[in-house]
Amino acid sequence: MANVNSPKLRRVYVWEQPVRIYHWLNALVILVLIATGFFIADPLTIQSSREAADQFTMGWIRTIHFVASYIFFFNFLFRIYWGFVGNKYANWKQFIPTSRHFFREIWSVFKIDILMLRGKEHLSVGHNALAGFIYFFMFLAFLVQSITGFGLYASMSSGWWFPQLFSWVPAMFGGDIFLRQVHHLTMWFFILFTLFHVYLVFYHDYVEGRGEISSMGGGWKFIEDDVFEKHMELPNEPPKS
Amino acid sequence: MDNPTAQKSPTYLEEFKRKGYSRKDFLKFCTLMAAYLGLENSSVGQVVQALTNKPRLPVIWLHFQECTCCSESFIRSSHPIVADVLLDQISLDYSETLMAASGHQAEEAMKNTMTKYKGEYILCVEGSVPTAADGVYCMIGGKTSLQILEEAAEGAKAIIAWGSCASNGCVQAAKPNPTSATPIHKLLKGKPVIKVPGCPPIGEVMAGVIVHVVTFGRLPELDGLGRPKAFYSKRVHDTCYRRPYYDAGLYVESFDDENARKGYCLYKVGCKGPSTYNACGVTKWNNGVSFPIQSGHGCFGCSEENYWDNGRIYERASAFPGFGIEATADKVGKVALAATGVALAAHAVMTNVRKKKLIKNLEKEGKQSEQELKK
Repeated sequence: MANVNSPKLRRVYVWEQPVRIYHWLNALVILVLIATGFFIADPLTIQSSREAADQFTMGWIRTIHFVASYIFFFNFLFRIYWGFVGNKYANWKQFIPTSRHFFREIWSVFKIDILMLRGKEHLSVGHNALAGFIYFFMFLAFLVQSITGFGLYASMSSGWWFPQLFSWVPAMFGGDIFLRQVHHLTMWFFILFTLFHVYLVFYHDYVEGRGEISSMGGGWKFIEDDVFEKHMELPNEPPKS
Repeated sequence: MDNPTAQKSPTYLEEFKRKGYSRKDFLKFCTLMAAYLGLENSSVGQVVQALTNKPRLPVIWLHFQECTCCSESFIRSSHPIVADVLLDQISLDYSETLMAASGHQAEEAMKNTMTKYKGEYILCVEGSVPTAADGVYCMIGGKTSLQILEEAAEGAKAIIAWGSCASNGCVQAAKPNPTSATPIHKLLKGKPVIKVPGCPPIGEVMAGVIVHVVTFGRLPELDGLGRPKAFYSKRVHDTCYRRPYYDAGLYVESFDDENARKGYCLYKVGCKGPSTYNACGVTKWNNGVSFPIQSGHGCFGCSEENYWDNGRIYERASAFPGFGIEATADKVGKVALAATGVALAAHAVMTNVRKKKLIKNLEKEGKQSEQELKK
């Protein structure tokens, strides 16, 4: 589709500011949660000449983990809310298949971007359908991690009601020992997801040249004029929202 | 409670006196129990009142697949009255280990209690029930454990599952569980069971549960897993005297290092205190002498469900079910990480091969713009 005559590019506002803030805040707290989580699971030996009473290493790490987890959880809730009020690229229908077109696009992405077969190109301005569907499972992992995390936290927090909403969780998992392991294993999903995610952002930027990487900075993606026109003309292009 | 047949039995106080305890001993005992139950000061009177006026509850104490460590723990609880009176004299109508009667005589005693005190007696169960091979792995007097349990549970006022065996199956229910050892709450559908897990549970805790049932005539408040909240609402970790070392980040690295001698936290040598709900850190064992962590060994998590399969005793990381005995969450994760790395690298290479033309065009287009700008 690209020819040597440079096409004109159309600027499309894809990621609204709240989505961008959500994204980077989420990225930050997940990194913090993974780092502190690893430390809590297997603390480093820290040599210090100070008295034990003057040290609070694990205490601080845990505090950071808990604070980050509150931010993570409420940021997540905000994103769900934005899935109903945001633009069409942020809409919940990007993640939960509601049409046959969704599945057709998943298959198309699978063929072209994973199996590297040649076929009819599709235009995905926001998430492509496969990515969106995988994000749906990512949101489920967010949910699992929040529930198991606050479940572990409930009995050690005292005072306010919010963590107590999760006090039923350990019983469901037959106790803290197993619950802790589920929490730990789910963290690995986050690590693997991050790898895939970052790789694929680079991949799309590399083969499409539409500003995939920078889109989470300014919110813009750039679509070739001819491609844009073609998709405007298609009367039956099912709406993505 | 006010069953006319039961009223013929002596009250607890009468029993205590008959045994030679003074009223002062009795009051001390009541205060101790009230404290263990977490009752407020004003409720001590309620305990005193109950034990003074209420007739002793008949108890049937069944033993199935177990090692009798629960009974041992119970008769060694710190206050002499617990051992001497509660167990010896609460009219333990049937207990394989402790009753004098045997054979038909003993079976007769149990049958009598079950009919005479229907709906009044406390049923205590020590041990799990094997259900494999029609229950042949544990039979008493020609009956399977399940038959005995169901008969006894029928007219019980309260059912107490003593120890981890009866509460969650303990070691005999660990994989592959050849006898299908089953905790009793799974067999007694629809009947409330008080679980008092631990291997064994603390004697004072056991006494406390019985005193609660006697005093208030109902089950104590239970948590989500059916354990009395008074004793199982806190983790061992939360009441551990080594907790400040945990928060400070000072840990024993191996059992013979300097940190172990200093009494640092045992978290890194596999202490399960942070995942275990029990009263060990407060009540302690053997007349309050010590508990495992105080003796320099991490908590096993013996009162937690499935602790034989879940936990590695000397490591924080535990075996992950479904991935084999050696697989921890981290090992599973690392394998997945390596696989991901390989897959992404392969994809990157394939991208440059298969999408060569596409990438070339983009490059050409970009370079052309660059050239034009130079002009």
